[in-house]
Amino acid sequence: MTMSRTVLRTTLLATAMTLTFAAQAAVLKTDVAKSSVSATFKQMNVPIEDKFKKFSAVIDYDAAKPDASKATVDIDTASLDLGDPEYNKEVTKKEWFNSAQFPKATFVSTSIKAAGAGKLAVTGNLTIKGKTAPVSFPLTVTSASGKFVFDGALPIKRLTYNIGEGAWKATDMVADDVLIKFHVVAGQ
Amino acid sequence: MQRYTKTAMSLHWLTALLIVGAFIMGLVMTSIPGFSPAKLRYFSWHKWLGVTVFALAVLRVVWRQFHRPPPHPAHIPAWQNRTADAVHMLLYFLIFAVPVSGYLYTLSAGVPVVYLGVWPMPVIMAPDPELKPVFRAVHYWLDMAMAALVFAHAGAALKHHFIDRDTVLKRMLPF
Repeated sequence: MTMSRTVLRTTLLATAMTLTFAAQAAVLKTDVAKSSVSATFKQMNVPIEDKFKKFSAVIDYDAAKPDASKATVDIDTASLDLGDPEYNKEVTKKEWFNSAQFPKATFVSTSIKAAGAGKLAVTGNLTIKGKTAPVSFPLTVTSASGKFVFDGALPIKRLTYNIGEGAWKATDMVADDVLIKFHVVAGQ
Repeated sequence: MQRYTKTAMSLHWLTALLIVGAFIMGLVMTSIPGFSPAKLRYFSWHKWLGVTVFALAVLRVVWRQFHRPPPHPAHIPAWQNRTADAVHMLLYFLIFAVPVSGYLYTLSAGVPVVYLGVWPMPVIMAPDPELKPVFRAVHYWLDMAMAALVFAHAGAALKHHFIDRDTVLKRMLPF
């Protein structure tokens, strides 16, 4: 009788410990309502920041072992909100995102490394409009109300991905440099 | 005959030219369908013209404080003088109100103005999708009111010159 109780207790303890450890290295659930992905760019030297209304992020983060973390972000290319329905429609066309053929822009991390307190160095591949390019950017991690808050800014050159073709290649109209800002709130 | 000062004349005609230019550009640019580099260029130039008109309006008001306009020519009925004064005051109001309404419109749309592509102008309000259509309408109707008053103003000047054959228009011309 005593032995089975001991076995039971040990099993329960072992299960509890496994669950605790597993919980620390789990895939986080993104709070999309509190998160945002935006593109900051210059149009004839005028700074503009617009949000992508639809995106999803799958982050597998282990605060104790950041090197084992993984992140994937999918952005709906037809969801960029330029503040005007006519412009929003234009940007989905072939010369820009070609959303009909390439509905998603995807970032998949290949390495995440600790880079100081609350900082991560992220490297991965960004695929937009059928073109993939390696990117790296810094990410800060903080916690708020029991959730992780990831903030990062990924600078890209839009012409790398053929965003803005033909007459829109002119970088005095829309600058080549675009900053993709992430603010992702995720918890368990 | 007492004329306006050369400065007042220059400011007047320069403002008139820029306003006509900005107005035509405003009509043309908003009638271009879709989204093209040319359209974006016209929008920017239109805003630069507007900022310039506003700056000139400030200069004009300051100048006018220190150099009162010549008195109304003699022999003009009082009601015409009163009407002229009222229209001029309204035009002064509009050369401020129109560019300001345009400025607020573009800011509410989240597009700040970088004057001449080099000077970022103060962002005095955050983007506001609710206010955007309001400012758009205000800017449009103030523009239409100004166009009507400009026609009345220019028409009256020509009437005085060619029909009444008096010195009203001559006062604003350096020759």
